[in-house]
Amino acid sequence: MIHTSGLTKRFGHRTTAVDDVAIDVAEGDRYGLLGPNGSGKTTLLRMVLGLVYPSRGHIELLGCPVPRRVADALPQVGALVEGPAGYPHLSGRSNLALVDAAGPDAGAGGRRTRRRRIEDALERVGLAGIDRRPLRAYSTGMRQRLGLAAALLRRPRLLVLDEPTNGLDPAGSREVRALLAELNADGTTILLCSHLLAEVEQLCTRVGIMDRGRLVLQDSLGALRAPTGRVIVDSPDADAAAALLDSRVEARSGSRLVVRHAEPAELNALLVAAGVRVAELTHERHTLEEIVLRRTGAGTDRVAKVRP
Amino acid sequence: MIRVELAKLVRRPRVWLCVALLCALPTLVAVLLATTRVAPAPGRGQAFLSAVLSNGQLYPAAALAIVLPIFLPITVAVVAGDAVAGEASAGTLRYLLARPVGRTRLLVAKLVSIAAFVLLAVAAVTVTGYLVGVAAFGFGPGAALGQPGAVTSLSGVQLSPTQLAWRLAGTVGYIALSMIAVGAIALFLSTVTDSSLAATLGALAVVVASAVLTPLDAAAAITPYLPTTRWLAWVDFFREPIFWRDIRGGALVQLGYVTVLLGAAWANFTTRDITS
Repeated sequence: MIHTSGLTKRFGHRTTAVDDVAIDVAEGDRYGLLGPNGSGKTTLLRMVLGLVYPSRGHIELLGCPVPRRVADALPQVGALVEGPAGYPHLSGRSNLALVDAAGPDAGAGGRRTRRRRIEDALERVGLAGIDRRPLRAYSTGMRQRLGLAAALLRRPRLLVLDEPTNGLDPAGSREVRALLAELNADGTTILLCSHLLAEVEQLCTRVGIMDRGRLVLQDSLGALRAPTGRVIVDSPDADAAAALLDSRVEARSGSRLVVRHAEPAELNALLVAAGVRVAELTHERHTLEEIVLRRTGAGTDRVAKVRP
Repeated sequence: MIRVELAKLVRRPRVWLCVALLCALPTLVAVLLATTRVAPAPGRGQAFLSAVLSNGQLYPAAALAIVLPIFLPITVAVVAGDAVAGEASAGTLRYLLARPVGRTRLLVAKLVSIAAFVLLAVAAVTVTGYLVGVAAFGFGPGAALGQPGAVTSLSGVQLSPTQLAWRLAGTVGYIALSMIAVGAIALFLSTVTDSSLAATLGALAVVVASAVLTPLDAAAAITPYLPTTRWLAWVDFFREPIFWRDIRGGALVQLGYVTVLLGAAWANFTTRDITS
């Protein structure tokens, strides 16, 4: 659905926002794009949508080269980039009607079809009952939902979402995640940009990690979170366990041991046979946070003082 | 897309406020003139103000002359300066373009909506001027002479109501073209900056600079090409016969500004990174 190669964007001579990125989002993916602030995620999304022109490299969006033929692909793409936006003096419905009436397939269908399309989108994001209040009176969460509704208006094949649950409460976030999972099950590909690692962990099947403009990692979440070949053992008889496993113990803190061993069941049998009590025994897996932090530096929003 | 832009235009309270203010000023002047009957000495004050006391039908022209130098360019610059920069700062520009609305299409739609606003404003002032003028000053001596509705032109010849209507239409067209040129300046600046205020003030700065240079003898070489120089050339529509030279020259200069600035706006907007 999205395929880039050698994609580079420079702003002026100093800043390279995106540097030689080859990203690959396949049909049906739930792709999570991660990275610190200023790592180039948004610029990448903007280039994919044809808003920012690349300095170098190629982009293909739904098989169309961008920016040359981006207009052919965009009608099938729903986007929420850097927060929702609308005309503050108009109501949510009027805003959606304006979005619906713009574009090449402007106002497709009769008045009824258009109204139904808008009501459907509002319903999906949980805003079916909004009144005629102007957008400026909306809460952050309502604006966010309206932005999602605008992205969903034309039943897109690809959703590009930047922080889709920003400003939503935990229940609202869960609702949106469920909606996205449902859309994905119906065949919508999702590219999601988020700082909320837990959210990406719950929702995404693949992740890409950006740092200082480069794509430093791109893999399936399952592979990244596969067992590391070590087992974590929690035992009230930690000393006895450490003595028994001695050379295989890589780290110990209190009653917890990290043991180099691929098979927890085997290890368990070994410990129990030796009379060592086991409280907990599990595969060690890297958390997404560890993976991200290991691969990335500080974001550009952290400005440390440089000592001469 | 043009329909969408027109819908946005008419649903913006600011637009109607601008039109209302534009109509309010000539109305105020008419009320003051009608109650005091003190006309400015001929040759001083706004064009036609001395003439309207004897015939209210000339008041639309006077009304246009009142709003033309400052009020009208300000409102046009406000609306046109907001066209692209306003969408950028509200964040709606990226959603429009990702919809997708082609950049050229968007610019054309914006231009059409600016032109629609200009025509709306000028027509509103003209109609208000006619109604207020007739109400305040009546139809003038022509009615008494058995030629109801006749108006004396600046050259002293009588104009029939049909002639007057045609000449007013020409005036509306000429002023609208001048204002669309101001709009084109503001629209171009609006594609350069993400701040509508900057675009509006920039366009007004051009108008003010031009107005400062126009009477300057030292600037005589460039005066014919300044945008404001022949803003008042439409007065020649009310001579008999119509004195076309300045009208034609002024219209060409304005068309030149519109063409060049739209070209610049297009070139800038279609190649620009949208980072707002």
